[in-house]
Amino acid sequence: MINSMLIASLVILSLAILGCLYRLIKGPSMNDRIMSLDTIGIILLSMIAVLCMLFRTTVYFDIILLIGILTFIGTTALARYIERGDVIERTNDESDR
Amino acid sequence: MNAQMMSQIGEFIIALIVLLGALLGALSAFGLIRLPDVYMRSHAATKSATLGVLLILAGAFLYFTFYLEHVSAKLLLGIVFVFITGPVAGHLNGRAAYRSGVSMWDKSVHDDLKPALKRERERMRESQAVDSSKAGVNEES
Repeated sequence: MINSMLIASLVILSLAILGCLYRLIKGPSMNDRIMSLDTIGIILLSMIAVLCMLFRTTVYFDIILLIGILTFIGTTALARYIERGDVIERTNDESDR
Repeated sequence: MNAQMMSQIGEFIIALIVLLGALLGALSAFGLIRLPDVYMRSHAATKSATLGVLLILAGAFLYFTFYLEHVSAKLLLGIVFVFITGPVAGHLNGRAAYRSGVSMWDKSVHDDLKPALKRERERMRESQAVDSSKAGVNEES
């Protein structure tokens, strides 16, 4: 019973990733693509949680944390790059003078 | 008999929570496809995807706590992390979109940020002009 429901939710989540891929390819602006990559990362994270419940194992929990952190850092870096032109600001005023 | 039935009902409720989270993820993908604008799409992608992940991770946490006798602090940490960083990432992305000049939908009627941003840019330009005139005075003297 619970196995079939978990497999059904895996199928639904993969369809959601397909929808995000459509926006990733077609998206008119760069920010659409960043946003859809962020959503793909979050949905992938929940797919791994469902997979853990399906296999009844706990070894994939590290991967959940890792994908969460990598998704956030990637989104932040890309958004800052779009906004200001570089990712890490250099604010040493001495070198300008 | 009774305990077995209770455990089956608990499993069913947990699977229902996970299925609801998956449906919310699919709903966010649907909004990502259908909505007309970057900002509306950010509304769909950020909120409902975060809620879906929270439901799925909470279902996994309950399942591992009650059925496999394993209280997982990593899973709780993942819940807290996604809950904090999902809205922050959405906000950064929307700010970058507005400041880099992505246009809004044709039929949207109200834009509060536009006059505020214009005022801020004028103020920045004035202060830069004051700075450069001061620097000129210093060089002359």
